[in-house]
Amino acid sequence: MQDAVLAMLAKEPSHGYDLRTRLRQSLGPLGESMNPGQIYVTLARLEKAGLVVCERADGLPERPERKVYALTPAGQQRVAAWLTEVGWPKPDLAEFHLKLVAAAAARLADPMQLVAAQRRELLRRLREAQHAALAEPAGSAAALLLEGVVLRLQADLRWLDACERAWSKVDDESEGA
Amino acid sequence: MNVSSAVVRAHGLVKQHGRGQGRVRAVDDVDLEVPEGQMLAVMGPSGCGKSTLLHLLGGLERPSDGEVWLAGQRIDTLGERALARLRRRSVGFVFQAFHLVEELSAAENVELPALLAGRSPREARRRAHSLLERVGLDARARHLPSQLSGGQRQRVAIARALVNDPLVVMADEPTGNLDTAATLDALRIFEDLRAAGQTLVIVTHDERVAATADRLVSMRDGMFVDDTRLAGTGTGWLGGLIGPED
Repeated sequence: MQDAVLAMLAKEPSHGYDLRTRLRQSLGPLGESMNPGQIYVTLARLEKAGLVVCERADGLPERPERKVYALTPAGQQRVAAWLTEVGWPKPDLAEFHLKLVAAAAARLADPMQLVAAQRRELLRRLREAQHAALAEPAGSAAALLLEGVVLRLQADLRWLDACERAWSKVDDESEGA
Repeated sequence: MNVSSAVVRAHGLVKQHGRGQGRVRAVDDVDLEVPEGQMLAVMGPSGCGKSTLLHLLGGLERPSDGEVWLAGQRIDTLGERALARLRRRSVGFVFQAFHLVEELSAAENVELPALLAGRSPREARRRAHSLLERVGLDARARHLPSQLSGGQRQRVAIARALVNDPLVVMADEPTGNLDTAATLDALRIFEDLRAAGQTLVIVTHDERVAATADRLVSMRDGMFVDDTRLAGTGTGWLGGLIGPED
């Protein structure tokens, strides 16, 4: 979040309320549970780190939302570095995979039932993401983000199909043996 | 569940193909109740029997054993003509390959089942016009199917399925031939229908379509292996995707 806030200040100096509105617009339903005060906490941290500076405060000192922040040269450098950084948010598949392996090995639970329960949960999430995506105006930034959420859930569901096929084969073989 | 509230009901449903050693049970002892206003999705790998099940529920095929009821009327014992009449009036079908009449315009395709059900040409035209508007194709009413995109053809097919105010819409892989954008258009229409209280049964292997439904049944080898309620289980998890602190 710190990097995103910094990058938004690259356009022009701005105050917390404006930054928060821009964030909410880009995130849509994904930004709904963002704490309203979070942006001010983030700005205060960035100021302490010397990445932004408070340009002016039009209004009363006890109203932090009126403080206008600008990037410092260090802040600009960090934005440039962030933009060129290549990353991949890691999908956490290993935990569920190990759960299946352990459950089968110790006969703690039927892997097929674990897969079915996991599929139900993902489908509920997909339903929520799908409904949110259909409710967004086509072409909005938030709709594009939701499309990404939907596609990742679809990929996870397809992997669960592969898990089901593989573990049902294991079941058949152990029954036949 | 109150029996009278079920629009579609099946009991001990079996469909068998072949005889002796080569005998295959495409549908194997299925019980199902779809209450009015529910959108039910049936999912499963190809060959699991889900399309056969849809054909049995809609009266397109007859079961080897068991019963099918539509709005309190048993349909598997009906004669051919009575069954055809009931299908026309009470069931709206949507297929993967659209099945439009290529020689007729979009509007004429939508009007056809209304005329066959005995409505006046004027009433059929009125209905077709309002349904094509509903699916966003009023400007294409005079186009032939060959002049429409796949997504537009499927929207015409959905309008056609609705023209006789069916008790239930049954769709077999409705997005199977559509790209992502057209799939979303179709999903929006299904979502509108669901909100308007239309009962829908959709057979699909597309997770996106399944996730739009209120309830999801999973089929393997002709049997139901899972029955999940998806509606009303919102957890607000989307908002939690952006952490409170980075």
